[in-house]
Amino acid sequence: MNLIDLANPTRFLALTARLLPWLALATALLLALGLYLSAMAPDDYQQGASVKIMFIHVPNAWLSMFVWGVMSLAALGTLVWRHPLADVAGKAATPIGAAFTFLALVTGSLWGRPMWGTYWEWDARLTSVLILFLMYLGLMALWQAVEDPSRAARAAAVLTLVGAVNLPIIKFSVNWWNTLHQPASVLRMGGPTLDRAFLIPLLIMAAAFSLLFVTLHIAAMRNEILRRRVRALQMMQASRPSA
Amino acid sequence: MSLGPYAFFIVTAYVLVAVVVLVLMAWIAIDFRRQTQRLRELEASGIVRRSGRSATEIR
Repeated sequence: MNLIDLANPTRFLALTARLLPWLALATALLLALGLYLSAMAPDDYQQGASVKIMFIHVPNAWLSMFVWGVMSLAALGTLVWRHPLADVAGKAATPIGAAFTFLALVTGSLWGRPMWGTYWEWDARLTSVLILFLMYLGLMALWQAVEDPSRAARAAAVLTLVGAVNLPIIKFSVNWWNTLHQPASVLRMGGPTLDRAFLIPLLIMAAAFSLLFVTLHIAAMRNEILRRRVRALQMMQASRPSA
Repeated sequence: MSLGPYAFFIVTAYVLVAVVVLVLMAWIAIDFRRQTQRLRELEASGIVRRSGRSATEIR
């Protein structure tokens, strides 16, 4: 089976039905390992035990941007290649990305209060991530507002690609402006500045959350395919001559 | 493992992440049940796909 075969929703459903239990198991195992290593990680010499918030904040923050990246690829798939599963992938990813972004904002706020002395500051990083969250909500509203999925898909794809401009702004906001938020310490030129005692649990938690996203995304895509089948059958039912 | 003076912030953050992830999982699981139930009801009422295959054929 090659990638083209996955363009067929029925084949996608068949393949993912076999794949999902294994993905869920791998996610659970990796998450358990990541949580154990996070609990066992030493306190930071400056931040004390509050550094443990990093192990959930950073993966959610990475995923908030990664999911929009996935949605942008799906948007290209919708507008350029008209791939039958592209808008299904885009729509299914939106609420999941919104949830990760919400968690990035709230865990960051809970980390910021003891470290910065405030839950919120209107600085470039925090504000640009808040804008990302609002864009997720806007996209969810758009999908709900337009009844025809193919029309909604095109509008959502355009909005997604426009919103992708925000991704480099979020990433480089800590370099371009003076912010309370610390600069990049893992994904940076010259390698990570984090000690291995923190880096290893962080990378495992990031891998676990990424697998969680893949698992939830595939499950949500399956639901969306079924929802469209329901819609198609309901339209057939409505167009049947009544007795 | 002592969380010291930051225990409230750490525990709240982890509990919140757990709650949101569980809600997300539950929402997706409930949605799956709802869609398959609707498809079964439609098929039971005699509505079939143009291909003739069952709409609930997902394996």
